[in-house]
Amino acid sequence: MKPSNTQESKFTKSMAWLDARFPATETFEYHMSRYYAPKNFNFFYYFGILATVMLVNQLVTGIWLTMNYVPTGAGAFASVEFIMRDVEYGWLLRYLHSTGASFFFIVVYLHMYRALMYGSYRGPRELLWLIGMAIFVALMAEGFFGYLLPWGNMSYWGAQVIVSLVGAIPYIGPDLMEWVRGDFLMSEATLNRFFALHVIALPLVLVMLVFVHFVALHHVGSNNPDGIDIKKTKDSNGVPLDGIPFHPYYTVHDIHALVVFFIIFLGFVFFAPEGWGYFLEKPNFEMADPLKTPEHIAPVWYYTPFYSMLRAATYPLFGVPAKFWGFVVMVGAIIIPAVLPWLDRSPVRSMRYKGMWSKVMLGQFVVSFFILGYLGTKGPTDVRTAAAQFFTMTYFAYFVLMPWYTRIEKCKPEPDRVTAR
Amino acid sequence: MRKLLMIMMLCVPSLVWSATEINWDMEAFDPNLKDKPSLQNGMRLYVNFCLGCHSLKFQRYERTVDFLGIPHEVALENLVFSDQKIGDLITTAMSPEGAKAWFGATPPDLTQVAKTRGGEWIYNYLKTFYSDPARPLGVNNKVFPNVGMPNVLAGLQGVQVEACVQRPKIAENGGEMRDPLIPGLAITEEKCGELVVEDGTGLYSAQEFDDAIYDLTNFLYYVAEPTRLERHRTGVFVILFLIILGCFTYLLNREYWKDVH
Repeated sequence: MKPSNTQESKFTKSMAWLDARFPATETFEYHMSRYYAPKNFNFFYYFGILATVMLVNQLVTGIWLTMNYVPTGAGAFASVEFIMRDVEYGWLLRYLHSTGASFFFIVVYLHMYRALMYGSYRGPRELLWLIGMAIFVALMAEGFFGYLLPWGNMSYWGAQVIVSLVGAIPYIGPDLMEWVRGDFLMSEATLNRFFALHVIALPLVLVMLVFVHFVALHHVGSNNPDGIDIKKTKDSNGVPLDGIPFHPYYTVHDIHALVVFFIIFLGFVFFAPEGWGYFLEKPNFEMADPLKTPEHIAPVWYYTPFYSMLRAATYPLFGVPAKFWGFVVMVGAIIIPAVLPWLDRSPVRSMRYKGMWSKVMLGQFVVSFFILGYLGTKGPTDVRTAAAQFFTMTYFAYFVLMPWYTRIEKCKPEPDRVTAR
Repeated sequence: MRKLLMIMMLCVPSLVWSATEINWDMEAFDPNLKDKPSLQNGMRLYVNFCLGCHSLKFQRYERTVDFLGIPHEVALENLVFSDQKIGDLITTAMSPEGAKAWFGATPPDLTQVAKTRGGEWIYNYLKTFYSDPARPLGVNNKVFPNVGMPNVLAGLQGVQVEACVQRPKIAENGGEMRDPLIPGLAITEEKCGELVVEDGTGLYSAQEFDDAIYDLTNFLYYVAEPTRLERHRTGVFVILFLIILGCFTYLLNREYWKDVH
């Protein structure tokens, strides 16, 4: 008697039945067991899968939060407190969601930094990069709409500041702002539409974009820290010599990374969910009050670099107020990475083989980003505004000067095969 | 012109407001959510002295007394003064309109005050009321200057006044200065603007009052996030589980990757 054999044949039979009707095995092989990823992935290659996991975390906790959240001006704040106090494990769901938002941005920023470092945006991955940029913009919008929902005082005034930027657009601004808010001031009408956008519209967009991001990635193949094409050297079966099946090699790799990441993430959720006032801001424990402005309005940390650049514009130009130009600078700062594939003229992809200038510029870009982020959490003073203006320039210099510095610098020769991690 | 004057007049209080920063040496406050007697006393003080004006409208009696270890009958008898049920939210009977007329502003809900202001702030605020005839209610506060709240705890603390007192002089290295001729005797200097309680005016001694304020602040710290202890307890198990799981996922990963060069 061979029970294992009959069991196996049963499984094979049902898989055959399924495969005749749905490409189950084919899809699994294409995306997992026969997707050949470069074998030299390093630390920075974890953040794609971690971002995916955080998206799932936000979706799942979000669904459960929606079961008890009340999207009304009178009920929103109280319903969040109801979740925190009276719903079983409501506090856990809420903190997983609110602290999760910050960690989502941490992993997304590191994921994007990886792309800058190893030239993952370069051809043939331009479209992959553009889809990623669309995800980033959608994510920023998602976070912005979500931040209004607790209806705390910082929610209210933060949203008020950003929505009022629309009003700075010449001619149509004031009417447009009224249309966006659905009222003459931030009100329940605004809360309702932000709720709809946060729980339905943008999650749908995000999930679809992430799916397309995966499809595009698996079509062109993953880049690697050396920035070289592993498909150039294949064995007799057409398998890249430096490639390795994603499953099981990278699945076990990523599972371990996920556990380590969750120790850090859940460490914050359980022991410092407010992130010392950076993940959940103090004024947000008070209900929204249109008559009481917080001492200084600061967005959550993941927007502060861009908020700094918004405030850095202090000169009115062509008779248009400075506020509008700040808005332009901010939007520009968010979307300018989209054109990177066409700015980078280097013969090599990876920072490992690029010259001195690229390294210096990327380094100063990271420093500028951090300093702008810090400045955005503080109230403005003359010195801080001047600093923000300077670092806004250096932020943009990384992009604007790229066509020159990537061409004039002396690069190292790329290897034929991948090297160390 | 009249309009301009009006605007300027309206701006005056806000200017005064922004000019008055906290100029008080804050005493540290270290909460202890495991100290049930302290929390129970804090709740007793709260419902007796604070709840008349300040609601805790996001928190329920039942959850609170269950955490504090107070039986429901005892709680209903001694802590719930209105005809509320044990599962009700801790609301106040004072009408917001009336409060605004009497105090100039509606007393805020204090459920989350320990989050917005912090425990240390509450602890020092409640201890630093002092007589000030210039104020409408006869009292002022060191931590919250020109506050609109009356000193409801005066009966316990006694009459506190601003006075000049002798305090040990502080040397450059931060230590208290001692007389070089008489061992142990401190060199003092006069400090004004310090707070002194007039003898025999209060129900509590200085130590008893400090303890009472500690308990009250501790209670508010609990109310701001009642699930804090549960969060820490669950967190320890979750992190320990993940660390053990991490060992296995590490070994699994190593097993698969040992042949890859």
